[in-house]
Amino acid sequence: MMNAVPISWFLTLSAILFALGVAGFLFRRNIITVFMSIELMLNAVNLSFVTFSYQHKEVSGHLFTFFVMVVAAAEAAVGLAIILTVFKGRSTLNIDDVNSMKH
Amino acid sequence: MNLLTLVLFLPLAAFVIALAIPRASSARTSRLWALIGSLGIFAASLGLLAWFDRTAAGEQFLVDVPWIGTPNIHFAVSVNGVSLWLVLLSTFLTPLCVLISWNSIKDRCKEFYAFLLLLEFGLVGVFLAQDLFLFYVFWEVSLVPMYFLIGIWGHDRRIYAAVKFFLYTMAGSVLMLAAIIYIYNKTLTFSYPAILEMLANGKLSFPAGEQMLLFLAFFIAFAIKVPLFPLHTWLPDAHVEAPAAGSIMLAGVMLKMGTYGILHFCLPLFPSAARACAPWIGVLAIIGIVYGSLVALVQPNLKKLVAYTSVAHLGFVVLGIFSFTQQGLDGAVYQMLNHGVSTGALFLFVGILYERRHSLEIADYGGVATVAPWLSAAFLITTLASIGLPMLNNFVGEFLVLQGTAIANFTWTVWASLGVILSACYMLWMYQRVFYGEAGPEVRGHIPDLNGREWAAILPLIVMMVWMGVYSQSFLPPVGKNTARVLEQTNVNVPYRVQQWDRPPGLSADLPNPHRGGTN
Amino acid sequence: MQLWLIPILPLAGFLINGIFGRRFSKSLVNTVAIGSVVLSFLWVLKTIFAMGDLNTSIEEHYFTWIQSGTIDIGCDFLVDRLTIVMLLVVTGIGSLIHVYSIGYMSHEGGYYRFFAYMNLFMFFMLVLVLGANFLLLFVGWEGVGLCSYLLIGFYFDKKFATDAGNKAFIVNRIGDFGFSLAMFYIFKNFGSLDFDKVFHQAASAPEWVLTTIGLLLMVGACGKSAQIPLYVWLPDAMAGPTPVSALIHAATMVTAGVYMTARSWVIFTHAPGAMDVIAIVGILTAFLAATIGLAQNDIKKVFAYSTVSQLGYMFVGIGSGAFSAGIYHLVTHAFFKALLFLGAGSVIHALSGEQDLRNMGGLRKKIPITFWTMVCAWVAISGVPPFSGFFSKDAILLAAYQHSPAIYWIGVVTAGMTAFYVSRAMFMTFFGSYRGTAHAHESPAVMWVPLAVLAALSLVGGWLFPIPAFLKAMFPAIEKAGNPMLMYISVLAGFAGIGLAYLMYLRKPGMADSLAQTFKAPYQLIYNKYFVDEIYSATVVRPLIGGSRMVLWKGVDAGLIDGIVNGVGARCRDVGSVLRLLQSGNIRSYATWVLFGSVALLVAMGLLGGLPR
Repeated sequence: MMNAVPISWFLTLSAILFALGVAGFLFRRNIITVFMSIELMLNAVNLSFVTFSYQHKEVSGHLFTFFVMVVAAAEAAVGLAIILTVFKGRSTLNIDDVNSMKH
Repeated sequence: MNLLTLVLFLPLAAFVIALAIPRASSARTSRLWALIGSLGIFAASLGLLAWFDRTAAGEQFLVDVPWIGTPNIHFAVSVNGVSLWLVLLSTFLTPLCVLISWNSIKDRCKEFYAFLLLLEFGLVGVFLAQDLFLFYVFWEVSLVPMYFLIGIWGHDRRIYAAVKFFLYTMAGSVLMLAAIIYIYNKTLTFSYPAILEMLANGKLSFPAGEQMLLFLAFFIAFAIKVPLFPLHTWLPDAHVEAPAAGSIMLAGVMLKMGTYGILHFCLPLFPSAARACAPWIGVLAIIGIVYGSLVALVQPNLKKLVAYTSVAHLGFVVLGIFSFTQQGLDGAVYQMLNHGVSTGALFLFVGILYERRHSLEIADYGGVATVAPWLSAAFLITTLASIGLPMLNNFVGEFLVLQGTAIANFTWTVWASLGVILSACYMLWMYQRVFYGEAGPEVRGHIPDLNGREWAAILPLIVMMVWMGVYSQSFLPPVGKNTARVLEQTNVNVPYRVQQWDRPPGLSADLPNPHRGGTN
Repeated sequence: MQLWLIPILPLAGFLINGIFGRRFSKSLVNTVAIGSVVLSFLWVLKTIFAMGDLNTSIEEHYFTWIQSGTIDIGCDFLVDRLTIVMLLVVTGIGSLIHVYSIGYMSHEGGYYRFFAYMNLFMFFMLVLVLGANFLLLFVGWEGVGLCSYLLIGFYFDKKFATDAGNKAFIVNRIGDFGFSLAMFYIFKNFGSLDFDKVFHQAASAPEWVLTTIGLLLMVGACGKSAQIPLYVWLPDAMAGPTPVSALIHAATMVTAGVYMTARSWVIFTHAPGAMDVIAIVGILTAFLAATIGLAQNDIKKVFAYSTVSQLGYMFVGIGSGAFSAGIYHLVTHAFFKALLFLGAGSVIHALSGEQDLRNMGGLRKKIPITFWTMVCAWVAISGVPPFSGFFSKDAILLAAYQHSPAIYWIGVVTAGMTAFYVSRAMFMTFFGSYRGTAHAHESPAVMWVPLAVLAALSLVGGWLFPIPAFLKAMFPAIEKAGNPMLMYISVLAGFAGIGLAYLMYLRKPGMADSLAQTFKAPYQLIYNKYFVDEIYSATVVRPLIGGSRMVLWKGVDAGLIDGIVNGVGARCRDVGSVLRLLQSGNIRSYATWVLFGSVALLVAMGLLGGLPR
């Protein structure tokens, strides 16, 4: 059963997920969507980590996954707070309108 | 914890206390505190002088405690016969700066005096640090308060001047930092005495090319600070824009950081490179002397004029150092102190004039001697000191420098002596245009004579000018002890001997060229 | 022997008057100033009497002034016969002129300031004379220059006065440039600056070293003693009060160059080349200054050029190897030239400030004492035997003949011109009819008593003080030219000058003007002092200032160096302003850049075949 699903499938899935995340990050304008895209990329990476960890019989991949999950959680908390503040201040979630840090 | 650390940290403590003075209390509190604090620091440094062993060469009052574990940085300070006087110069000038700023600084008094004290801390630290990293830290620390003194309390173009001053100096000191790190990688220590020890017993040596690069990295940083022609253009701008106290500290002490650095670090660490570069540096110094004097001659602005004279005077110092003779080095050190006293006094006077007439243009003055005779008399003494009249301080320094140079290379002396003629031209011409002639209504109405507070600032300087000119033995012996040690470390002391007559004339008029022979 | 008291007394006078003089009454200022100088004079006398036969010099060491490496310069004073002569001249004539100044300055502002400066001058002059090494001599040398500067610019609200002061100081500095180089070279070669050590070794040094030193010292002497090409400051220095002209610019300070060269005679006698230069410069100066003196109309200018000319004589003496004759003339010149200046001052005082000879005349009856004292100086300077100038000038001319007959003959012509211009000044001042408007009055006793003393000295000083005999032991002996003919010729030249002046200015008063008309070009040349000031201004001063301003300051400093510095700054800004375009503020554009970057990195790694090891 172990050999039923080849490793490359997992990796392909991870790559697809990551590419979706990148595309979402680049093309969507809603900050929430952009944020979700980032989470998608992180999870794509997590998937690769777990895959390689399984393949190499090496526990550090799992460890990294947990790290990434914690970071993602923290990021979600901070990021959502920032998004809330931005929305409060500007009444918009369009990412192209939030460019006052220029210069 | 000894007296030396006390002298070093008192300014920092005074700075912290000055910051802690509540903004609500009057400006007078800040002034008073700055005056009391700086006088106390001066008293402490006098103690340093009292307990300094004048008969011994070498570093005294050593303190060496670990500061940062990795990399191995120590808080190592000590004082020698040269830095002793420079520390005293800093602590001596600071109270005078406070006195002269008493009325002329009106806004942000608290910050002004705090920065002045921080500046004193940085300057004293530079002269005492014996750890290369610590030296670099103090070098930069002294930069910051001066930046603010110019940038906040300066005149119209203060921002330009402050930024120029800062960037110029940074450009050099970054090179020095790189060199310091390189040396650390090679020796695994920042401790200057330890590095010298390694050099002395052969555990460490810098190959020629490497030594030259390291020397240049250090030297350029110092040369910008001196400033040596052609790296001097920050100086006139900084002086013109700085408030009087800033100019006094800048000319009086900060420029000596450069010459002290050359003497204390460049020569002992990189003797061969220093020797190889000496002809070039000597020529630059002479150009600086003549060029600075000529440009000073035609300045319409009092402060710019004095600034260019600094370029000329510091040229003498560099020339003396690179003559590699005992006389030249002693003269150079003496000239550093002289310049601090006499140019400090000149800037002080310019500040006094500015406070009265609110102009730095020479053309706006004239006839001041009629309305303010004591001011004119005191200024005249300072002028005469600055042009090297015997029995006033600069003469002794210039004489020793030129004599030392003459022993090493007589042609240099001939050119450098031109500066002595020119100094009379620019100073006396300036004096004539400011003080002599008929007093116009503006001058008549606005220029009262010196008051008590100003006398208190000027009199010590005039006393020092006469004292250093008449009885140089109070100052020179510790200097000589230390410069002899530096010469020994550089291993290039030009052997002085009376000319041998049996040599055919014209074959070799000068002594054997130190840059050709020798061991290394 | 407490030699230090000699200079310290005037210094104390200076400090007291300088600091408190403003609140003192005039009589108190007088007491301090004159008291200190007279006390100093008395101490000189006491020292001389205590020295007995004067054959051994005394040297006193007070403290080490500068010590560094092999340099060890002490504050040492030395008294020998040469010093004694100078001390007596300086303190003696100095005292007389101080007394005279009471009267002359009585109506001037800044009374205490004047006397303070005069005392300071006495201090530095005495240090100059007493110093036992070159550096201490140099202290006095620069110090008297300073006092000269201060006193020339005494009327500091007048621009011409302060200009003259600056000129004096700066031209002197050019001389000092030479002097200081000489000192450096002396130390480089002899390892000391003490007179005894240097002169002890000098005889064994090669000639080219000594010639170099001698020529450099000569440059210094040219500055201080107003010789070609540095004499230009002295005529302008007459802007100062007249007692200053008498004391500093006639009797004492300007002779410092002569003293210094005489002091260094060992060096010069072994450097014949330098001696020749001195003699030639001296005779040229004597001659040219005398020609300028012929046509000046300001009474003080006449005497100023006369001083330059007479100093030239002294250098002829030195250059001919007759050091004692040079000093001899220094002494007699101090008598009669101080007298001429003080007399001129008395005339100016009597006429309330008038200095132009054309506005004088017929004053003989109005101010008889001044007239008769000045007659004494007149005969002395003209070389009429047996008055003082005759002896010293004769000694110099005889020595010059030994050296080179050409110098002697130019000297004789100069002697004739000297007699002529002094006679001219005398005739135009005291004879004929009065041409001015001011009411003339005789000067007070405090002024004419010093005049009388100096008059007596001018008359008898020559044989009263036989300087060559007194200094015989100090200097190398020179053989005497036993030719009385030479003496007769020079005396004759003096009488010829007086006679010609008598003819031109008393017998036929229009003759001078018609001569000036006939020889217009040469007259204009000497009337305008050979345009030397203008030439210096055009060739040195203006190019220096213009070049410094336009080329060095505006061109090199502000243009080139600051241009580079500011250019570096500006280029950094330019680069930054291009790179700034990347920083659009648009998050998605940043992300695109990140994507491109990662793709580029991956492609690069793929091409290179993995991470670099």
